[in-house]
Order: sequence, then structure tokens, then C-alpha cells
Amino acid sequence: MSGTIFTFTTPPVNHTTNQLTLSDHRDHLLARLGINRSGYIVEPGLHLLGSPTPDSPVFVTANYTLSFDALRSSLDDNMNCYILVLDTKGINVWCAAGKGTFGTGELVNRINITGLADKVNHRVLILPQLGATGVSAHEVKKLTGFRVEYGPVRAADLPEYLKTHKATPGMRRVQFNMIERLVLFPVELVKLLPYLLVISVILYFTSGPLAAAGAAAAVLAGVLLFPLLLPFIPTKDFSSKGFILGGLVAMPFAFASYQYGIDTTQSLQITRAIAPMMVMPPVTAFLSLNFTGSTTFTSVTGVRKEISTYTRLMVLMFASGVVTLIILAILRITGW
Amino acid sequence: MFDSYQSNTLQYDPIKCINCGMCINVCPHAVFAPGDKKVEMVNYLDCMECGACQMNCPTGAITVESGVGCAYAMFYAALTGKDEPTCGSDEGGCC
Repeated sequence: MSGTIFTFTTPPVNHTTNQLTLSDHRDHLLARLGINRSGYIVEPGLHLLGSPTPDSPVFVTANYTLSFDALRSSLDDNMNCYILVLDTKGINVWCAAGKGTFGTGELVNRINITGLADKVNHRVLILPQLGATGVSAHEVKKLTGFRVEYGPVRAADLPEYLKTHKATPGMRRVQFNMIERLVLFPVELVKLLPYLLVISVILYFTSGPLAAAGAAAAVLAGVLLFPLLLPFIPTKDFSSKGFILGGLVAMPFAFASYQYGIDTTQSLQITRAIAPMMVMPPVTAFLSLNFTGSTTFTSVTGVRKEISTYTRLMVLMFASGVVTLIILAILRITGW
Repeated sequence: MFDSYQSNTLQYDPIKCINCGMCINVCPHAVFAPGDKKVEMVNYLDCMECGACQMNCPTGAITVESGVGCAYAMFYAALTGKDEPTCGSDEGGCC
């Protein structure tokens, strides 16, 4: 008699739970800080939560850890289901859908690779609503026989949604509340910090500590104050909001620069005061304009229009401000 | 003045609409609302051009030039003459 022969005919199955561990929370924190940004990847394929039967529901999500974890941690303790994870290269559902990686092609492909049709009796897939930007429900139906059902925008609404499989108008709308705006700050700061440090050090030695602090203030205004105050700053355009905010933040610096070295001529004092008013607002405005890419409501058409309206003003103000700073630095260093 | 968001590329042709309601389901800004025989476009200016409605309209009644709307990407494209990179790209991508 020969020994037992082990054969593995079924593809590997991943088991998961609705519990987030300490290490999951650590990953979420690091992801929010932008550390090792492309490293938060879940294995694409079929994941089993609980003990699903052929009648259990199938949820679809992206292979970004934060997306996958938001889904599974929102599901009830007694839930048994399949989670079909698409290969979105570690990008969240909405961004990946915009790019097309969370899309019809990958969904059809993943249904086929996992043999989903043989595992379940029904033909329904529950997708996050924001995946709709990349997925064509009628195409998926035509190609695989599966009916795409768009669940709520937020995974947290799933338990409520699953009672009736009907989303309320509130579940269908994206938000952009204070907390959603604030969690974006660390990533932006971590990204800009090296540049800011170099520029601040240069400014410290050429123009003094006030200028170094001004650089930090202009950047912080753009990446922290702007998201925080977004709904409250007048005007609709992000660039004009940024100019207003940057101008306000620059004012104390202008005042302090005017006071600094009071013994010199008044024209020099005024020039010193003008410099921060020229340099700081366009920096804040530029960062504010870039924040459109993080919002949940700005259209491409509008952003493109903003860029063509404000770029010239930003560059002009910034360039003449820098020239002013250089002239002042030369005067300062030569002992004027 | 100071409002670049007064128009967008969303276009809706009610003649083609079969009232399936998919656009109402997928729109994150409630641009569409149920009507008697046709869906109605009620919040045109709230459209962010994500393209979900066009993608899921089975009769092609809706068209919109969708895009990610990332200013970094547009600056990058304007400065290098290349296509706008999208999120997760190897070069020039920010997120």
C-alpha cells in the first residue's frame, strides 16, 4: 500500500474576520501618515468571512488595506459571506474606479479566475457605490450573468442597507466633513516636509528666522488651515480661497518685517513688509488648488478652469516676491 | 468671478432614458431624481464629472467627460506635455 497522496485541486482560499487587530490599526495609522504608501495591499481573490454557503452574499472591494478593512469591519458578527477582492494595485475603490482598475474588466476577470459562478447559487454582487465610476453593471451582467447591486457609499451603512437592499438618499451621497478633511493632513505634510525643511534652512540664513517661519506658515496654511476652514472661506474657487487665507496668514509677517530694523529708511521697511505679502499667498493658493484632487466634489472642468485663471497670478506674485527677498538678502548680508 | 464651477460636461438626453434609475443609484451628488416616465436631471451644477452615470446608463442617454480632477496631475501634464497621470501611476502621480 502506498502512502497518502495529497492533492490540491482548489485554488487557495483566504479566511478573514470582521475584527480589526492592533496590527491592522497600526497599518491604518501608517497609511494615513503616508509611510510606505504602496505597501497596504490585500491579496486579490476570494476571501471567506465566517462560514459562507452557496447562498451567502458576495461583496466586492479593492485590494487596498483600508478599503478591505472598512468593508469587513462593518459587517455583523453573525455574517457569513464572500469578499471578492479586485486587484487595484493597492489603490482605494473610488480612485481605482476613476482609473479603471476597479473596473468591468478586472471584475469579470476576477469572477472567472476564482470560479465564483460554481461557488454560489445566486448571481448577485454587492459593490460599493463609488465603484460605479469604473464598473458598468449592464456589461458585467452581459459578460458573466452576475447582477451588480450598488450598495451604499460608506461601508458603515452596510448593516442598515442589508435589511432592505435599498439605500436611502443619505447613503448614496458622498460627504466631506471636518474629520474626512483632516485625515488628509498628515499625508500632505509628510510629503512636503523635506522640501519645507530645506527652504526654511536656506531662508533662515539668507533672510532670517522670520522668513523661515513664514515659509512654514504658508505651507501649514495650505495643508492644514485650508482643509479645516474650507467651507467657511469666502468665494467658490479653491485658488481665490487660498489667496485670501494666505494673505491673512502673511499679514502678521508683513507687520513684523516692517518693524524689524526700524532704524533703516522707510522705503526699505515697506519693501520688507511687501515681501511676505508677495511670496506667502501664492504658496498657500497653490496648495489649496491642489486640494481639489482630494475633495469629493470638484469637477475636472472646474479645476482646469481654475488652473488657467490663477496660475499666471501665482507665478508672477511668487517670482516677484522671491526677487524682492533676494534683493533684501543681498542688502542684509552686505550690511545695509 | 471666483467661481470656475458654473458649468461642466454632463449631458443628458431624456429621449433615450428608459427610467431604469441606475444613474440615481450611482450618482454621489444626487444630480438625478426619479421622474414620472423619465429620470430628471435636478442638480446639474453639483456634478463632479466622476462618470459613474455614463458608465451605468444602458442606453447611452448620459455623457460626461470624466477625470480624476487632480491639479497636480494637470500641472504635470501642462509642464511635461505628457498625458495626465492618474492615481497610483509610477511617474508624477501624487496618490
